[in-house]
Amino acid sequence: MSNSIEELAETDFLLVAGSNTTEAHPVISLRMKRAVKNGAKLVVVDPRKIELTNWATRHVQIKVGTDIPFFNAVANVIINEELQDSWFIQHRTEGFEAFARHVQMYTPEYSAEICGITPEEIVDTAREFAAAAPHAAICYTLGITEHSCGSHNVQSLGNLGLLCGTLGVPNAGVNPLRGQNNVQGAGDAGCIPTDLPGYQKVERPGIRAIFEEAWGEPLPRRRGITKITAMEQMIKGRVKAVYVMGENTVVSDPHANHAEHALRSVDFLVVQDIFLTETAQLADVVLPAAAFAESDGTFANSERRVQRVRPAVPPPGEARPDVDILLEMFARMGKPQEMKTAKDVFEEMRSVTPIYGGLSYERLDREGGIQWPCGDEDDPGTVYLHGDEFSTGFPGFFAPVDHIPPAEEPDQEYPWLLTTGRRRSTYHTGTQTGKATGFENLVPHEMLELNPMDAAEMGLVDGDLVDVSSRRGKVTVSARLTEKSPRGLVFMSFAFPEITRTNDVTSDAYDFITETPEFKACAVKISKSEYQDEEVRVAQRRIRLAGEVKQPTELMPVNGHRNGSR
Amino acid sequence: MVVNLVFGEIMTSVSVNGKVQGGTKWLDLRVNGVAVQCADGSRVLDAVKDAGFEVPTLCYDERVGPQGTCRMCLVEVEVNGRTEQVASCTAFAEDEMSVGTHTEEIRDYRKTLLELLLSEMASPNTNPYTNKVGPTEFDHAVEEYDARWDAFPRLKVREKAAHDENPFIQRDYDYCIACYRCTNICNEWEQASAITVDGRGQDSSIFTFFGNELMDSPCTFCGQCINTCPTGALSDRKVVSQDISAADVDRTQTICPYCGVGCGIELLTHDGEIIGAEPDFTAPSRGSLCVKGQFASWEFVRSEDRLRHPLIKQAGGTFRKASWDEALSLVSGKFKDAIETEGPDSLVCWASARVVTEANYLMQKFARVALGTNNIDNCSRT
Repeated sequence: MSNSIEELAETDFLLVAGSNTTEAHPVISLRMKRAVKNGAKLVVVDPRKIELTNWATRHVQIKVGTDIPFFNAVANVIINEELQDSWFIQHRTEGFEAFARHVQMYTPEYSAEICGITPEEIVDTAREFAAAAPHAAICYTLGITEHSCGSHNVQSLGNLGLLCGTLGVPNAGVNPLRGQNNVQGAGDAGCIPTDLPGYQKVERPGIRAIFEEAWGEPLPRRRGITKITAMEQMIKGRVKAVYVMGENTVVSDPHANHAEHALRSVDFLVVQDIFLTETAQLADVVLPAAAFAESDGTFANSERRVQRVRPAVPPPGEARPDVDILLEMFARMGKPQEMKTAKDVFEEMRSVTPIYGGLSYERLDREGGIQWPCGDEDDPGTVYLHGDEFSTGFPGFFAPVDHIPPAEEPDQEYPWLLTTGRRRSTYHTGTQTGKATGFENLVPHEMLELNPMDAAEMGLVDGDLVDVSSRRGKVTVSARLTEKSPRGLVFMSFAFPEITRTNDVTSDAYDFITETPEFKACAVKISKSEYQDEEVRVAQRRIRLAGEVKQPTELMPVNGHRNGSR
Repeated sequence: MVVNLVFGEIMTSVSVNGKVQGGTKWLDLRVNGVAVQCADGSRVLDAVKDAGFEVPTLCYDERVGPQGTCRMCLVEVEVNGRTEQVASCTAFAEDEMSVGTHTEEIRDYRKTLLELLLSEMASPNTNPYTNKVGPTEFDHAVEEYDARWDAFPRLKVREKAAHDENPFIQRDYDYCIACYRCTNICNEWEQASAITVDGRGQDSSIFTFFGNELMDSPCTFCGQCINTCPTGALSDRKVVSQDISAADVDRTQTICPYCGVGCGIELLTHDGEIIGAEPDFTAPSRGSLCVKGQFASWEFVRSEDRLRHPLIKQAGGTFRKASWDEALSLVSGKFKDAIETEGPDSLVCWASARVVTEANYLMQKFARVALGTNNIDNCSRT
């Protein structure tokens, strides 16, 4: 996030795009609701009638994957009505003229047609955003990024920030809400094929030299490969050994059959985790790790705040903290490290990571969480980025981007569009929430949310088991009739992989820049399952209560084809 | 917006959240003789706290602001020649105001109020929260003012919520003092509108609409009502249903393991096992949690399904237990083989958005230094 969570409560205008905030980030949604209570306008741009729309001034219900035409048209109105921040554009940006020409074709009428909305919704949103600027905050999450044009979607939002000068000021910004507790920290630490810790580029010789000096070892020069590329290389036999820490790739990645096939193709797979996940079951060696409540260290949250994680209990059996396991692995590979504790690791990391330079366990224990960049011990941290200049050191570049439809759109054979996401009381692949008692009462099993009118046309009632198939796979799931889904659009989460492996169905397309998979759009067909036995539902419940992992085939013959496809 | 103050005997600099603010009018007060400076618009309670004193505030939650109903925060103020007793949470601070928080009269008054509240509560000896987790805010006040449960004739005790099978929130309204913090946090802060106040005076009670069970209400089970409750009338059913005793409960401040908001939590432990979670009110998340942080952040840690030993896959595809030495020898041997035969880029490491940054730092360094490849990625794309 360029700005901070608490600032969202103080802004005058909130543009929330592709974020089911009340369910995926409930505590951030409180700040949004408070802003509305304080008089802020809230515009929710989302294909589904999500809960947050109850607080919205306007719900712009665009079609899936039409974010760019919408935001380009908003820019079009701002420019043609001369509502932009000319000072900001002149002093802090580049490329405005080309951008202004580019968005001329995206008139409100033209885009409204593509987005399935009215031109007025675009015009009003543009005027309100510009009127509130610079105290207008844009928030987005995976509804924007998990598209084959995800990086362009983000740029189309960034353009609005540059246009109205909502960057580098309080209560504003362009704010991605991060989905996992330490996804920010994993990036900060350099777990990126192109970046060393602190987002320093590995292919820049000067940067590499600094690390070679600090670590006393030569470093590989060429950038590494992303997960998506790695999986392709695995299938081609070019990857021999894989070391996975704390990831349930088989379930969380799109087109799950592909992910599973990839991991089965490597000679040697090591998985380090707290449970024998679906991914760990494929491993040659499984290393038992400590959970968060047994680990010393830090997490970095969505607003770049580094906070202390402290062990409350010892790990079970012989399980060990990840830090200990890795330090031992270094020694076994003939590269012993002097570091012994998580604190030692943090000290080394801050010495090579300028944005963490001023952070220490002592400070975090004393002052609480601190937001990077934090250069030295006297630096209080950074509440919002890009204050006097952009943190990249360059001006803000306008990005003329064009509409790119989802890689797969409904057709005659697969007439429905499936989009995926989270529900409040289940999380990700369900390895954690699946073990919390009582949660089976909140969301007992996976559900296919669809519009009641669509259901009526297919003769489906609430609770019917349906087969959902795409060109890649099939799952069976119970139907949930809800007005949340507009006609033609259906929704599932992926939190019940032991029964409903949603990602068997999802698209294998991904963003060509970031390689983020297109989870938010794939074409499916839906039919009433021949298998309507009540036993299935009872079994779903029983399994979840017991926390067992069973092959779905034992329970649901209807899914049996999946084994064949491996 | 109420601001934090710098105060006390040394008053050379005045700051708000560490930054000097211009244009603010500053007021000089004395609390129990201690000089304190605070911004115009502050409440007397803010001055009291910043002077380092505490008064009981049974109906006050800083997130929803003052309501002035419990009257426990009453203080004596002297200003412009007038002396009066005011609820410090609602009264505004004034320049040259002198505040007394613990005069004999005020202490007696608080004790009487507490005893009146006790006269309409079930016995403190059976309070589930007090017994299982520890003293409540109310218990602390009772102890400080030496209030007795039987000082007054027993009044009608509020009835426990009717049969409510939800697995999360226990409602023992016989400990309810009708402070309305739960309804305020639910309606004003969470804006969930699951509970409200029904009836008046001694007959008032906390009510779900139509008297429904919580599962059938708009309740999202964020647990904020439990955490703001000063008496234990609302408690975490998962915690208080365990066989534990408050004397052995410890707390560890850490961070919720779910989404990227990073709410502060305190893990409750008992005999080396986690027994529950509560919000860390000192964290930037200001005590907020959702259903996952409150009710799902710890059971998976003590799950029977946790991996307890390294496992090695045998011919035939089943796992067998292995020692760390054996497992790590096998792994390092295979890694070395792959590097020798196919080169470092035939190896791939995937780090995790779920584990601590320190482990991620080591994972990327391991890939680059020990294996010699930049093939390191994490799941930020998925």
